[in-house]
Amino acid sequence: MTNSIDELEKDATAIFLIGTNTTENHPIIGYKIRKNVRENGAKLIVADPRRIELAEIADVYMQFRPGTDVALLNGMMNVIINEGLLDQKFITERTEAFEDMKQIVEKYTPEVVAAITGVPAADIRKAARIYAEAEAGSICYAMGLTQHHTGTDNVKSVCNLAMLTGHLGRPGTGVNPLRGQNNVQGACDMGALPVSYPAYQAVSADANREKFEKAWGVKLSPHNGLTLTAAINKAYQGELKALYVLGENPMISDPDQHHVEEALDNLEFLIVQDIFLSETAQKADLILPGVSWAEKDGTFSNTERRVQRVRQAIIPPANSRQDWQILMDLTNRLGYSMDYGSPQDIFEEIRTVAPSYAGISYARIERTGLHWPCPNEEHPGTPILHIGKFSRGQGLFHPVEFKEPFELPDEEYPLILSTGRSLFHYHTGTMTRRTQALDAHQPTNEVQVNHHTAAALGIQDGEMVRLSTRRGSIELKAKLTDILNEKVVFTFFHFSEAAANILTHAEVLDPVAGIPEYKVCAARLEKIV
Amino acid sequence: MANEKRVLLEYADQIDPRKAEDYIKVGGYKGLEKARSMNRRDLIEEVKKSGLRGRGGAGFNAGMKWSFVPQYADTKYVVCNFDEGEPGTYKDRIICEKNAQALLEGMAICATAIDSKQGYIYCRGEYPFMVKLLNDAVQSAKASGALGDFDIEIRMGAGAYVCGEETALIESIEGHRGEPRFKPPFPGVSGLWSQPTVVNNVETFACLPYILTNGADWFAGIGAASYPGTKVITLTGDIENPTYFEVPTDYLLRDVIYKLGGGIKDGKKFKAVQVGGTSGAFIPEQNLDTPIDFDSMAAIGASLGSGAVLVLDESRDIVDVVTRISKFFEHESCGKCNPCREGTWRCREIMERINAGKACPEDIEKLTVLSRVMKNAALCGLGQAAPIPIDSTLKYFKQEYSCKLITL
Amino acid sequence: MLNLTINGQAIQVPRGTMLLDACQMAGADVPTFCYDPQLHLAGSCRMCVVEVQGRHNLQASCVTPCVDNMVVDTESPATVEARKIILELLLARHNINCHVCEKTGECKLQDYCYRYGVDDSRFAGEKGHFTSEDPNPFIERDYDKCIMCTRCVRACDEITGAQAISVKDRGHHAKISTVFDGKLADSTCVFCGQCIMVCPVGALSSKVSMNKGRAYQCEKVLTTCTYCGTGCTLELNVKDNQVVGVSSNRDPVYSPVNQGALCVKGRFGWDFIHSEDRLTTPLIKENGQFRAASWEEALDLAASKLKSIKTEYGPDSIALFSSARVTNEENYLAQKMMRAAIGTNNVDHCARL
Repeated sequence: MTNSIDELEKDATAIFLIGTNTTENHPIIGYKIRKNVRENGAKLIVADPRRIELAEIADVYMQFRPGTDVALLNGMMNVIINEGLLDQKFITERTEAFEDMKQIVEKYTPEVVAAITGVPAADIRKAARIYAEAEAGSICYAMGLTQHHTGTDNVKSVCNLAMLTGHLGRPGTGVNPLRGQNNVQGACDMGALPVSYPAYQAVSADANREKFEKAWGVKLSPHNGLTLTAAINKAYQGELKALYVLGENPMISDPDQHHVEEALDNLEFLIVQDIFLSETAQKADLILPGVSWAEKDGTFSNTERRVQRVRQAIIPPANSRQDWQILMDLTNRLGYSMDYGSPQDIFEEIRTVAPSYAGISYARIERTGLHWPCPNEEHPGTPILHIGKFSRGQGLFHPVEFKEPFELPDEEYPLILSTGRSLFHYHTGTMTRRTQALDAHQPTNEVQVNHHTAAALGIQDGEMVRLSTRRGSIELKAKLTDILNEKVVFTFFHFSEAAANILTHAEVLDPVAGIPEYKVCAARLEKIV
Repeated sequence: MANEKRVLLEYADQIDPRKAEDYIKVGGYKGLEKARSMNRRDLIEEVKKSGLRGRGGAGFNAGMKWSFVPQYADTKYVVCNFDEGEPGTYKDRIICEKNAQALLEGMAICATAIDSKQGYIYCRGEYPFMVKLLNDAVQSAKASGALGDFDIEIRMGAGAYVCGEETALIESIEGHRGEPRFKPPFPGVSGLWSQPTVVNNVETFACLPYILTNGADWFAGIGAASYPGTKVITLTGDIENPTYFEVPTDYLLRDVIYKLGGGIKDGKKFKAVQVGGTSGAFIPEQNLDTPIDFDSMAAIGASLGSGAVLVLDESRDIVDVVTRISKFFEHESCGKCNPCREGTWRCREIMERINAGKACPEDIEKLTVLSRVMKNAALCGLGQAAPIPIDSTLKYFKQEYSCKLITL
Repeated sequence: MLNLTINGQAIQVPRGTMLLDACQMAGADVPTFCYDPQLHLAGSCRMCVVEVQGRHNLQASCVTPCVDNMVVDTESPATVEARKIILELLLARHNINCHVCEKTGECKLQDYCYRYGVDDSRFAGEKGHFTSEDPNPFIERDYDKCIMCTRCVRACDEITGAQAISVKDRGHHAKISTVFDGKLADSTCVFCGQCIMVCPVGALSSKVSMNKGRAYQCEKVLTTCTYCGTGCTLELNVKDNQVVGVSSNRDPVYSPVNQGALCVKGRFGWDFIHSEDRLTTPLIKENGQFRAASWEEALDLAASKLKSIKTEYGPDSIALFSSARVTNEENYLAQKMMRAAIGTNNVDHCARL
């Protein structure tokens, strides 16, 4: 997030949610947004193919066709430009390439966009005006925006919109991705990425490599590594031989499960470090039992870039081992010497190589976490990014054309399938499916389907149905609803026994981020006879 | 009727309350005209000077109440409390039935004083038949042009006694549970939909046209100096002539009963009188020579309240009457605050025990301390006033309790 | 600034200060049930009444704005009498089973009865029966212990915004209820448990923690939630090396993101920690079957396999999926291992998934 969570409750006067079911997937943030709307009268715009909870209190709700995000956002920008609602001063002083973007956006009139997205032109106009005219407009998005083969384009469009209206660098504004996992921000910050060292220092830049070679006392590879999805493909092709999976479950989380399974089977050696015998661990040659979050010390960095402490509460089970110790022990066996006495020792090293973490110490975050960048011990942390200046200098407008999703409905597969999370489960369910109360409350998967669609197929609420795509099919309960339109169905991906990712495709990924298109594929729903 | 002084009810049954023309023919809407010709501060001063005090029970100076409304607010409301829920009270209904236009004119005068465009009449849930009359009256007044741009909407209550409390009434109009709010803020500052709001009783509003027409000094000269004007009294119970009267406020309670009321029914002897509705104190014979005005009643530990007068003859069992009253309060407690929700319940339990002859002297002690705490600590007038009938009868009719107790 | 005298002590407070806050500033411990600094005021429990010189009735200090020259007694005889009677009234309707109550030790009703020496109620009589059996797996509702402070109703409305519960019926029949008195699961409840967080007595408690340990038996360890990226702070309640519950730290200094508020997963989703399915020893697969191994053997195997594959196919034939669930420190080590020890940048994690 460019801005902090609390601003969504206290400072934002208009909030635009696109591709985030906030009250279910980031509940506390969702509650804060709702409070701001109810108590302070903040305006709310919701764009989502599902009429999510927050849509009920929105000033404008836009139920757009999955995968048409760019068109929708271009449409809003078209209105803002044509009605003169743009922030000319901000554009002039802080951005470049506005004209290029403007040229593209010109043809996306609300009427054109209405035809693409299914959102009435009047709503697009209303949404554009509310956001543009707000004193402090904030955009929040999550995987609904990014999990498309045009994910990067979608994010660029959101940034265009924020720059166009000058909603950046002030309290209550910003482009705010709501990150789905407890430490996905931290994993990125720490360089668990194929293209960057800790603190987003590009692997491809010689200076960075030299810096880390010096710090770590070893020669480093100058080549960008494989993304997760690319690595699976390489394994499938037999080029990747060994895979070390640390606390992940690609068997359930990755698209096209059959493809993943074959890829893992192809490996010569699969190491899984986990706390449970996950679906992926079952495929492993070697399983290393790590410890749960209640059993370890360390830090997590949340979606607002706040680095906070994790504290060990209990002694881990018998013969499990601290994850950091496993990694250290193995690294030493690989011939590279590591010698840390505690997670704090590791953190002290992180501070020396990651400039944005340099000013953060366990002592400073003993009570209250700090937002990076925090370059030195005196720095108070940075809740709001891009005040006065972007990190690259001028903000760059990206002209973005709309592209259709890869797989569109046809006669054989007439519906659009979208996937996501439930409030009661988390990701692949490794933890929540083993949490008695959560699993008791929601023990099975469901496919959410519009009443009329179900009626046409002769499907009753609660009935077991078959949901199929070109990759495969699963059987699960039908949940009749009116939050989806007739052409879209939705299911959760937490349930291995009815795994949504048997259905999703891995054929086309976002070319920049390598993200799969979980949110759109063509599907068929059938009654089981 | 001998000794009555009719101001509000002067033309009772001579004019149609629904018709503004009828009212105008007998001098109606002259007060409003005058009010509109005055500047607001002078208008409020005039009302203050008249000494008019709230006729709903609390007896607060009406002009003073209006003066708390901040000038800067954009939206302000005038709300008429026609929830008239006190058992034995029906004077507001009589005023509406006989002279509804005076109420509307009074509300419009208030609206002029505080610069409000919207009024509400909150009508008691048990008076559904009054809604049509009031709507007709408003329509006629609007059609005559008398109200100008001031609109009045009629809202129905749902039968909760506590909604006679002004903040509970406001909650009810807003569509919430009828529960009182804590004060401050007072409605004058933050009332209906958090906007400044004047809430007055029907009778209070209905006095205003006459104050404006005849002058503050004229009104201040009627009845008791500290609570001037007239009061509509409703007489019920063991009385020869159970009806309503309008009397000057220095009228003696004894005269209400014996002159206007014609004395005790069937030639029986007087035992007690309860003034001001169910939450009023029971007054014994020795205090009957008290004027009915607010302060005189307060001086004998009673209250004028709504002006209901319930007379009990010698045959009445005081403990039984008070037990019934305690049931009423248990039923009408909204349940918001602890002392009232739990206290009214336990008061009823103990009273029933006493009445059934199953109580011991300690129960009286419990009742006494519970009453004190309710009066001291309850959130609103309901909880604070609920123990008054118990207290006053324990004071003046202790013997009736004692003889029902088990003594060892 | 306003000048007040509280329990004989002169104190200055800014205009707009509420009397309860002023009393606390003056060091007076005024008891409260319905007051909650995160919620709108109710002024309904009347426990915080104090005696203000010149005022007719006792004043509920939480809703009384300070006025210049107020003279206040927070423990006057009338005040203490009122509090004792309120406690007795609440006890009279309370299902007193402290010996098995989850909240024993952190119950305001207990604390105040102790403080004011209220051991029994003179008003014991008929009792209401409010218990709402609710089959949900998260929240135990025992309204025979409810004191009607409505903190749960306000937290549900104001913090979570679910508006699942409200007050139903009037007088002593009044109770906390969902729409039409149905089950929580059929209401708009999202099982965040904010109601449990604010409940000052034993009316609301966690079914997941039931009979596992009381607050005073537990060590509370402040940590960061392991679920989504919001980064809520929570306290793991630990007894005998077992996590037995999660509680909220509502101080914004310790809980800057969520001020104690949690969601259903954060508050109730912790017992996987003690799942029987936990992996407790390294496992090596032989002939399609896992067998237990020592750490020495396991790590040696890992090192030798990785080394030989690296030698045979080069470092880029090895990849690591790090994790968005493990700590920064662990992620740092994981990528460092790959880059420095293996010699590849094939490091990624599930940010894309």
